Amino acid sequence: MKEVVVLSGKGGTGKTSIVGSFAVIAPSKVLADCDVDAADLHLLLSPTVREEGEFWSGQVAVIDKEKCTRCGLCQKMCRFDAIKDFRVDPTSCEGCGFCSQICPVGAIIMEENLSGRWFLSETRYGFLAHARLGIAQENSGKLVALVRQKARAVAERLGLGYIISDGPPGIGCPVISSLSGAHLALMVTEPTLSGIHDLERVIGVCRHFGIAAMVCINKYDLNEDNTRQIEDYCLGQGISVVSRIPFDNVVTEALVQGVPVVEYSQGRVTSEINRLWQAVTRSLEA
Amino acid sequence: MIISVASGKGGTGKTLVATSLALSLAATGKVRLLDCDVEEPNDHIFLKPTITRSEPVTISVPRVDEGKCNYCGKCAEVCAYNAIAVIKKKVLVFPELCHGCGACSYLCPEDAIAEEGREIGVVELGYSDGIDFVQGRLYVGEAMAPPVIRKVKDYSSREGTVVIDVPPGTSCPVVEAIGGSDFCLLVTEPTPFGLNDLVLAVETVRELHIPCGVVLNRVGVGDRKVEEYCLKENIPILLTIPLDTEIARCYSRGIPLVEGMPEWRQRFLNLFSNIRGAAVARSR
Repeated sequence: MKEVVVLSGKGGTGKTSIVGSFAVIAPSKVLADCDVDAADLHLLLSPTVREEGEFWSGQVAVIDKEKCTRCGLCQKMCRFDAIKDFRVDPTSCEGCGFCSQICPVGAIIMEENLSGRWFLSETRYGFLAHARLGIAQENSGKLVALVRQKARAVAERLGLGYIISDGPPGIGCPVISSLSGAHLALMVTEPTLSGIHDLERVIGVCRHFGIAAMVCINKYDLNEDNTRQIEDYCLGQGISVVSRIPFDNVVTEALVQGVPVVEYSQGRVTSEINRLWQAVTRSLEA
Repeated sequence: MIISVASGKGGTGKTLVATSLALSLAATGKVRLLDCDVEEPNDHIFLKPTITRSEPVTISVPRVDEGKCNYCGKCAEVCAYNAIAVIKKKVLVFPELCHGCGACSYLCPEDAIAEEGREIGVVELGYSDGIDFVQGRLYVGEAMAPPVIRKVKDYSSREGTVVIDVPPGTSCPVVEAIGGSDFCLLVTEPTPFGLNDLVLAVETVRELHIPCGVVLNRVGVGDRKVEEYCLKENIPILLTIPLDTEIARCYSRGIPLVEGMPEWRQRFLNLFSNIRGAAVARSR
């Protein structure tokens, strides 16, 4: 079983539209939406939830007003400025428990924190593991790890060949969590200076963790000078640019219809995404 | 006034809005731009600031003096992140898991744990076209963005206008970046993804009790559901930006919209008046 994670650094470059299309094209796979902050893949795949559960992660400090003597030690010692006026701001609390350890009268208890929900769903293209991080919650990296674990369990149980993960934007905690142990990272970028800058950083993350990377330039014809710049950069880095997808309004039209673009149109975008999947499988099998 | 520019979904135009708003306001008064998208900071591409100072961002991680340590295991017991472990006569520290809370060092009965700074990013300060510019950069390979964001926000100011470029999403880095703002602009696009993530972003700012308004970008493709949602939720749409190849071309080349198409300057000044109006209407 092989896992490919689709990343971009910059948001909005087309990761989810491409993963949604892979869902149609790829045989023998399970899908994983690792963008647990702002999951969108379900909007293309119309999933039916088969299993779900709570995601409890971390703790949050709570001060017992009856016991608190207002000595102020907790406020002074909290490195996250999470305690003001003898109250804990749960959105700032990092759950370290230091305050609870040092409170002279034992007035601070640590409560388990419900941070989100996970789902295992069936779609007409196969299973989808996804999740919903609670608003303003931490530990998105751990929820990403849980989503990938659910996807892997399904793939093993059914003997499926591929796990296709839709990754989060950025380079931080949830990105690192979605990359670890994957076989390939497919970078979807766009020919803008922001896209190039962010691509370079996320390629750096892949290199840091030793994950093979390949690049797809989406909407490549919006600025062909920048497209060439990306190709030159990748050449210098020894990373293959395996696909150039043209800009086409059919991608947004398909999205509005709630279907993957390869089912909506038989045009150039669709044939290019088909070729891209072939390149991904060749790399995964190599 | 502190205005944060957020979105939920990435790639909707936060950077475009934040840079053009700051540039338009720079002609009228004091303005400071804080790029808190420390995983992928992009404002510098558009503003090309002169950086005059850079400050490393460190978090305090434990350093154990094994001469004093008696391997009692208290540090491992109090660490909520499993960043320190005691195995027989050995203490193992995992700095990349450490949040720097200081519990192990403070609670060590033998006073055997000191703290040392581990560099995870940098804050850079400078100026560009009348804008005080501050950005944070998380180093590649590092996981924890919030400490870098906190450090950028130390340079927030009550004087003039502060524009904060917020990372995408709804989790801890976003909360860190938005917290303390007087108003939050939510930039979205008229598609089902844009709507889905706008709803999440609205929940986030409401959780933080920050008034918000919407900038609708790339109008012309997609559907009208974002507008319907805003109407229903009584969220003002303060600016609309059409899907336009000239705007996309400016963006792709790193040219701020108000410089590439100066007619937009007045629209961003109007946006600012609208924000003030919406903030006042709410406070009544």
